[in-house]
Amino acid sequence: MNPAQVLQAAYDDPEGLERLRSRLAARAERAGLLDVAYRTVESPLGTLLLAATRAGVVRVAFASEDHDAVLARLAAELSPRVLCAPGRLERAARELGQYFERRRRAFDVPLDLSLAHGFRRDVLGELAAIPYGATRSYAELARAAGKPAAVRAAASACARNPLPLFVPCHRVVKSDGSAGEYRGGAAAKRALLALERS
Amino acid sequence: MSSQTLRSMAQGSKRAARAPRRRSSAGTPSAGLPPFEELVREHGPAVLRVCRALLGAADAADAWSETFLAALRSYPRVRPGSDLGAWLATIAHHEAIDVLRRARRRRTEELSELPTPERDGPGDELGDELGAALDALPPKQRGAVVHRYLSELSYEEVGALLGCSLVAARRNAADGIARLRRTYPALQRPALEKKRGRKR
Repeated sequence: MNPAQVLQAAYDDPEGLERLRSRLAARAERAGLLDVAYRTVESPLGTLLLAATRAGVVRVAFASEDHDAVLARLAAELSPRVLCAPGRLERAARELGQYFERRRRAFDVPLDLSLAHGFRRDVLGELAAIPYGATRSYAELARAAGKPAAVRAAASACARNPLPLFVPCHRVVKSDGSAGEYRGGAAAKRALLALERS
Repeated sequence: MSSQTLRSMAQGSKRAARAPRRRSSAGTPSAGLPPFEELVREHGPAVLRVCRALLGAADAADAWSETFLAALRSYPRVRPGSDLGAWLATIAHHEAIDVLRRARRRRTEELSELPTPERDGPGDELGDELGAALDALPPKQRGAVVHRYLSELSYEEVGALLGCSLVAARRNAADGIARLRRTYPALQRPALEKKRGRKR
């Protein structure tokens, strides 16, 4: 061991640091300095990343999306004041758990749509109106959002939905009845449609 | 630590605190600032070691929290590409000085000398031996050893933080470590074993 390692080992305190980290998140929240809080939750679809601003849940990411990259983009697009702070996401996590256990059909937790703009945001608004267990085609979605010709743009808005699950883009399927693409993978989309039908 | 040293430490800190210097590595992507959580995970251990070394366990936790809260407050104004480790070390150094100042104000009788930290809090059992050895160093050597060996700043950064030249920072750190090899047992034994091993 070199001198630096010897000296550093004397003050090594991982448990103390863990306590300090969670206390920092709570103090940052109280001081109004926590712009983006995040946590992960386990789900039947794998580990999900949940992030929320003070306005509401702003991003849900599947394990396939590389959570570190997602957090880096949130820091760039919203604010670099990003901390792991499970407290703010407790309700969102609880509602998701109930959804996967078939004890919840609609979400009540506030959502923040600030990562979607223009037509994409209109599409998210229409997605929220599709009832649990029902499906729509991309053409129907485009029509509902006020641009019947913009089927591809509507599909792209679904593919880039920052709030999958909470904003149910999985309920939009191809006109031939097949599930189609999904941010969390086609298998995840089929699983969600099956969950809501059972 | 004398009050004169405290003043020079504070002045040096102010100079360094103005703006974190840009990292010279050219190849790094010029993307924005990383999520603050990354800073906490990457630099949290070093900041805690510095707080422990300068303040003892009882005050270190508060100084650590105040350091990261202050950093979080001004973080969005930091220029991307800045040396964030040195920036955090500077803030931690300031927080430690503030804590020592408040402690001195509480003990109005002892104005000429800063009290050494009260190393009697829970958690001091493991590190108090090092704390005592550090407290016995001349202040400049103590500062240089803490920021070079516990926080791993470059000598240039140590100099900027303590208000001295790179050469002086290097010399103070070397002198401090040489003295610790005689006074701090954990640093003594491995060094002797290494020497013996080499002779064989």
